[in-house]
Amino acid sequence: MAKTEQAATCDAEATEQVGREKLRGFLQQMQLIRRFEERAAREYASGRISGFCHLYIGQEGVAVGALGALEPRDHVITAYRDHGHALLRGCTPRAVMAELMGKVTGAARGRGGSMHMFNPEQRFHGGHGIVGGHIPLATGFAFASAYEQRGDVTLCFFGEGAMNQGAFYESLNLASLWNLPAVYVIENNQYAMGTPLSRASAISDLAMKATAFGMEGEVVDGMDVTLVNACIARAAKRAREEHRPTLIEARCYRFRGHSMSDPAKYRTKDEVDERKAHDPITLATHTLLERKWASEDEVKGWDDEAKDAAADAAEFAADSPQPSLSDLGRYVYAEPLSWRLDDAMTPHVREEG
Amino acid sequence: MKTLNLVQAVNDALAVALEAHDDVVLLGEDIGRFGGVFRATAGLRERFGEERVIDTPLSEAGIIGTAVGMALYGLKPVPEIQFSDFIYPGFDHIVNELAKYRYRSGGQFPCPVTIRTPVGGGIRGGHYHSQSPEAYFIHTPGLVVVCPSTPRDAKGLLLASIRSPDPVLFLEPKPIYRKAVGEVPEGDFEVPLGQARVVREGGDVTLIAWGAMVSLCEEAAARIAPSGVECTIIDPRTLWPLDIDTIADAVSATGRCIIVHEAPRTCGFGAELAALVQERCFLHLEAPIRRVTGWDTPFPYTLEHAYLPSVERVLDAVEATIAF
Ligand SMILES: Cc1ncc(C[n+]2csc(CCOP(=O)(O)OP(=O)(O)O)c2C)c(N)n1
Ligand SMILES: [Mg+2]
Repeated sequence: MAKTEQAATCDAEATEQVGREKLRGFLQQMQLIRRFEERAAREYASGRISGFCHLYIGQEGVAVGALGALEPRDHVITAYRDHGHALLRGCTPRAVMAELMGKVTGAARGRGGSMHMFNPEQRFHGGHGIVGGHIPLATGFAFASAYEQRGDVTLCFFGEGAMNQGAFYESLNLASLWNLPAVYVIENNQYAMGTPLSRASAISDLAMKATAFGMEGEVVDGMDVTLVNACIARAAKRAREEHRPTLIEARCYRFRGHSMSDPAKYRTKDEVDERKAHDPITLATHTLLERKWASEDEVKGWDDEAKDAAADAAEFAADSPQPSLSDLGRYVYAEPLSWRLDDAMTPHVREEG
Repeated sequence: MKTLNLVQAVNDALAVALEAHDDVVLLGEDIGRFGGVFRATAGLRERFGEERVIDTPLSEAGIIGTAVGMALYGLKPVPEIQFSDFIYPGFDHIVNELAKYRYRSGGQFPCPVTIRTPVGGGIRGGHYHSQSPEAYFIHTPGLVVVCPSTPRDAKGLLLASIRSPDPVLFLEPKPIYRKAVGEVPEGDFEVPLGQARVVREGGDVTLIAWGAMVSLCEEAAARIAPSGVECTIIDPRTLWPLDIDTIADAVSATGRCIIVHEAPRTCGFGAELAALVQERCFLHLEAPIRRVTGWDTPFPYTLEHAYLPSVERVLDAVEATIAF
């Protein structure tokens, strides 16, 4: 990744390719994710969200650029840092926030929480909490779409930490062996919890791994939404037209801790500040302003809209009900399990008084 | 003696083991520089070096499989799996290599690995940070399965596990990592594997529980005592091989038995315990053996309070057993 002063704007050629309208849309999407996540952090601090909550702040350029290169019929699957991908694939801010709070109006009807966003209508196959566990699933989607000859593509996101799981190697080998229309995107944010890439992978140029599977590999600056968009567009085309999978390493950075309970003491403030100078939102904003593709007022207006959407989502989620006790046995099997005393499936409540 | 919480007691035991045996090594995700997500290994890398307190990539199959090889060579590896919910990428190596190595080599290759991993709910962690998988491992011949409920037992049992010639799954009840506080002997000391602890003695009902459920049962027993019902509480500590004699003696004396665990009911360890108890105590039983357990559902996110056994549910079972 070039660390020059010009990096304050997006790549010129890719910006031309993306064009004014799309880039304006990308910025708005990134703003929404950023403001949503900031709001989620506040709700977590206030205790309305519990458990584990992993924010996408800093990595917005990857999901926005990548999903902006897909068609609606394509499939998307990701790991547990999934709020951004969910928002881009049709989960409303309300549904995502409600899921964070475990409410029935949530994207998984309050049954999952932060790592479990889904939207079947827009082919978003969710967040996954077991690191690396979903990579073979993506290969399965790609297989099924090839089998059905539908022409749709599967895009699979995971962290550079997940790449060290055996499931990664098994899945990519199958995808290449069977000529599947899949795109695997490593969101290399440099850390797996407290472990930097240098202490987890014997090589640092992760796209090189593609060679071992006999597939194309590419590195992209994940902080530049236009470059990500162009890169994924190439890979999606390869998948759709040539039935060949691609491995992409998107180099990015998470600005916050791994989860809400991580003070991130394993890295210096200088390091974080240096990365923040390449904030994907700042890059896109500067690019739009410099080219007069947007005015300062417009950018500010979009940002306010994003804040409002996040605030509305929080209010809606807080007012929504939790799953009821009698529904504890629901969704375990196709038939809802009935409420019966002494049943192993459902609880009974001690009669008070 | 010093006063420690349960996770400090684990840390203390690991330090004693590293000090006493050059062939003990720890490995796991973020256990070194970071000190472990629950701080169980805090300070150990600084004290014993990064060759012995090893940060691994995110790779459970690699961690457990590598530990098996290390043990076959003669080391005493103590891998940590961050949450027991993440153990399954390494499940094959546990079930098919670790547990069977001694047997399938005709006794020629012991495989003394001690896998430490936090278990249990109550931290609002949802599906993947809450489960209690003891039954899978108890069901696998060749494994020793241990679960302490006090800081003292955590230290003594962990040291005994590391020195055991057999592979041990050492399950640490994470909801009481900091809540359980107590006196712990200083320096080297062991609590023998395979011996249950009689937590409380009473003549009316025997409660069997382990991990975080022990203190829950103590609370229930204290609450019902004023009404004249006295509970015995047994903590098996080593879930397998089981100290069935201590349990059978207690149930024979009280005639009533309730088993409490967090895991789902069906095929939970409570099912095996109930079978063993009725085989040995049939003529002493005054009521059916009851189970107070998690429900047969995935571990829920917001309905955790309804899923986990509560003092109220234990009291319900005690009353029903007495009234039978
Ligand atoms: C199988 C498994 N092992 C360990 C964990 C605990 N864990 C959750 S996230 C994480 C780090 C993952 O890093 P990476 O894949 O780079 O994703 P990032 O958090 O950077 O987005 C770890 C160790 C888990 N959820 N699943
Ligand atoms: Mg990472």
